[in-house]
Amino acid sequence: MLGFLIRRLASSIALLLVTALLTFVLLSIPNQDVGRQLLGMQATQQAIDAKNAELGLDRPILVQFFDWLTHALQGDFGRSWFSSENVATAIGNRLPVTLSLMIGVTLVTAVFGYLLGVWAGTRRGRVDTFVQVFSVAGYALPGFLVTIVIVIVFAVKLGWFPAIGYTPITTSFTGWLSTITLPVISLSLAAVAGVAQQVRSSVIEVSRSDYIRTLTTRGLPRRRILFRHVLRNASAPALTVLGLQFVGLLGGAVIVEQIFGLPGIGSMTIKYTSQGDIPIIMGLVMLTAIGVVIINLLVDLAIGALLPKARVS
Amino acid sequence: MTQDAAIQTSGLAPAEASRPVSVWRALLSRPLAFVSAAVLLIVVLVAILAPWIAPFGANQADLIHAFEGPQAGHPLGFDSAGRDVLSRLIYGAQNTIGGAGIALLVALVIGVPTGLVAGYYGRWFDSVSNWMTNLVMSLPAMIILLASRAVLGPTVWVLMVVLGFLVSPSFFRLVRGAVAGVRGELYVDAARVSGLSDARIIARHVLTVVRAPVIIQVALVGGIAIGLQAGLEFIGIGSGNIPTWGAMLNEAFTNFYRAPLLLLWPGLALGLTSAALVLLAAGIRDALDDRGREPRAPGRARRRAMAAQRAAERAELPVEGRGGLLSIRGLRVAYRQGEGDDVEVVHGVDLDVERGQIVGLVGESGSGKSQTAFSALGIIPTDGYVRSGSILVTDREVVDAASDDARRARRALGYVPQEPMSNLDPSFTIGSQLTEPLRVGGGMSRAAARRTVLDLLRAVEIADPERVYRSYPHEISGGMAQRVLIAGALSTDPSLIIADEPTTALDVTVQAEVLGILRRLRDERGVGVLIVTHNLGVIADLCDRVCVMSDGRIVETGETTQVLTAPRHPYTQRLVASVPDETVTRAPWRDPLLIEEAS
Repeated sequence: MLGFLIRRLASSIALLLVTALLTFVLLSIPNQDVGRQLLGMQATQQAIDAKNAELGLDRPILVQFFDWLTHALQGDFGRSWFSSENVATAIGNRLPVTLSLMIGVTLVTAVFGYLLGVWAGTRRGRVDTFVQVFSVAGYALPGFLVTIVIVIVFAVKLGWFPAIGYTPITTSFTGWLSTITLPVISLSLAAVAGVAQQVRSSVIEVSRSDYIRTLTTRGLPRRRILFRHVLRNASAPALTVLGLQFVGLLGGAVIVEQIFGLPGIGSMTIKYTSQGDIPIIMGLVMLTAIGVVIINLLVDLAIGALLPKARVS
Repeated sequence: MTQDAAIQTSGLAPAEASRPVSVWRALLSRPLAFVSAAVLLIVVLVAILAPWIAPFGANQADLIHAFEGPQAGHPLGFDSAGRDVLSRLIYGAQNTIGGAGIALLVALVIGVPTGLVAGYYGRWFDSVSNWMTNLVMSLPAMIILLASRAVLGPTVWVLMVVLGFLVSPSFFRLVRGAVAGVRGELYVDAARVSGLSDARIIARHVLTVVRAPVIIQVALVGGIAIGLQAGLEFIGIGSGNIPTWGAMLNEAFTNFYRAPLLLLWPGLALGLTSAALVLLAAGIRDALDDRGREPRAPGRARRRAMAAQRAAERAELPVEGRGGLLSIRGLRVAYRQGEGDDVEVVHGVDLDVERGQIVGLVGESGSGKSQTAFSALGIIPTDGYVRSGSILVTDREVVDAASDDARRARRALGYVPQEPMSNLDPSFTIGSQLTEPLRVGGGMSRAAARRTVLDLLRAVEIADPERVYRSYPHEISGGMAQRVLIAGALSTDPSLIIADEPTTALDVTVQAEVLGILRRLRDERGVGVLIVTHNLGVIADLCDRVCVMSDGRIVETGETTQVLTAPRHPYTQRLVASVPDETVTRAPWRDPLLIEEAS
């Protein structure tokens, strides 16, 4: 288990480094004239050169990268070129919003995706048909289209929830809940569909497996076999899908945050990428990449805990 | 519609020339797939013909008409800038389909050739491309898209190229997997031996294999690309003036209170196109898998009527001669089909096993011998059912019994399956899965169950029971696993062990040991054994009586020596004749341990 963990960590770090390098270089290539963008058309060439030197942009790109990397490793992600905000602080201020979304969606997805999948996989018949249709619909319709419909029905027509805005949980719990509910539902639908579909098919597959058949011949109650043996073995693929959904959610969050006017990482990404603010973009890319790495690691660990066989390879 | 042609010619294996046509037909016979294909055809046609069929220019604005409803010449009315909604919708199709097309093209150009090479040649290229694939797949696509927009400028087309790059790993993986799977196939080897160049082999044999899955993936990725592109346009990231469905949705959403209907048309167009792609992909997959309708179990009333009829038939059965450990009369087993009548696989089998007796049930695969054993054990696969007959387990009827009663009666049965490894739950230690029935069903304490199981493991001649007890299934050998399964069968203290081909998956030496264990259990514990096998050698070694099964019927039954030396039924005669002499006629195998004990 320990060896497995070390190998995973090493490959994750390599992955993060390559991601950082690639992003940095690709972002830097066309960004040779930041000084002019910042100071405007009227600025003298002298002032622009001075500005570029101040930002360290007069050095070779690789030197700039190693400079960024050594600072980043110490937790210093620099300052925004355009607003001179501290990158870490700016991201930290917006992180709770996106984290609220992510955690909410993951919980909803895990609970409902699992329940629906187990229900469909064990009951079959009409329940199964319903879950199947729901899954295809969840996959077939673009997420933002579904979000639009949800906003129109629940916020505009029924007025049950605010259509826009965010209340921090520290200000008011109920306020937070009412601003987060519709975004979470919007993001959850497709994820629930995906997880339910996966849980359903692995429940069916495991139920038909030889070892479950053999266990039933030893006089164990069906319910016990389902909860102890079928669900445990069916959980690993479901966890993998849940992990993939989470990575996909980062993308979905960008659009949903924009629609609901939530001041999170997603809307921040839209704002700063259009300016080409490299320190901020690098911070965002690294944050999401680290998030993805952590999620994948957690999924692997959970699968290893559930399935002893997975620890070997 | 290029997909049609591609599906028509895409066979799964070169040998099945007739398959493609039937796949295409199967696809068209699915209403959902047919409608999806039709919708896509219309959208693509509209996109291509946009300049000719659009009544007005996409950006031809007339502010006087802003927000006006449908009227002559403008069937869908005007948008906020007084532009004709229908025309914008038509041009939107062009840009939406075009954008998705670019993404797909890039993904295919990158993913398919690299997948072919990596799958066909393997080696360093495979490792490198795999690593890169993992890298790309772990990137958050949306963030990369937005970041690349900062670098490359805000044109949708460029973003679609980046998207194509980001989704290319899905094609790479698909093609690589399919090719690696086919590379070892005999017909590819044959082609290589006969001197075909690699390029010809790839073109003729390998491409045909990957075509179908790639088409499915194209539809799915197309749907994702359209959704993502429209999503970006919708939140205002796109190229301003170009009419797209996403941009139309954006504009309609901002003006929702004034003209709610404006949202409907682009939403409908987008939803239908995206859904059609996904449904078509699902349809092609189902058609290729030849997935017919799933068999449906009859309703409750019908089931009750059938059970009542079975009960009436059982009441007629004579009672004499029944008893013993297992007594089967007139057993018929059938399987439900997706379409048409149920197929009967066992046509009225009678079978008895007495206390302390070893009975062999022999026959070819497909003769119904396993189905008979499964019926007794209550483990017929989902779509199968006992059509009629009676099964007494230690004098208790289990056919149509309440599930708890049947389960209690069947505690007298122990099941030893065929494949040792696949019959142990990989997630639990041997000890945990063997003690569970003792603790749950038998009400033993943890410590007592542990002692019992360790004794059982010793009884099946496992040298180091403590270690095996702690092990997970993947940590023990196949022969060891089969002993564990025999111990598992014994854990409920059964009076009859039903063993389904218990030695087929084992080495010859281990086979002899396993048979020896079964014989000793009979000798020492007085259990009965019903052994299902196709191996006459096993029968000769072990069995007191033998039942020969063919085509769902028992054709001959009697003392083992009598049946093997003087078979009466033609089928048995053929069976015996087909076995090399020494196997049947050699002296019965003796357990060395027993000989030792006896002397």
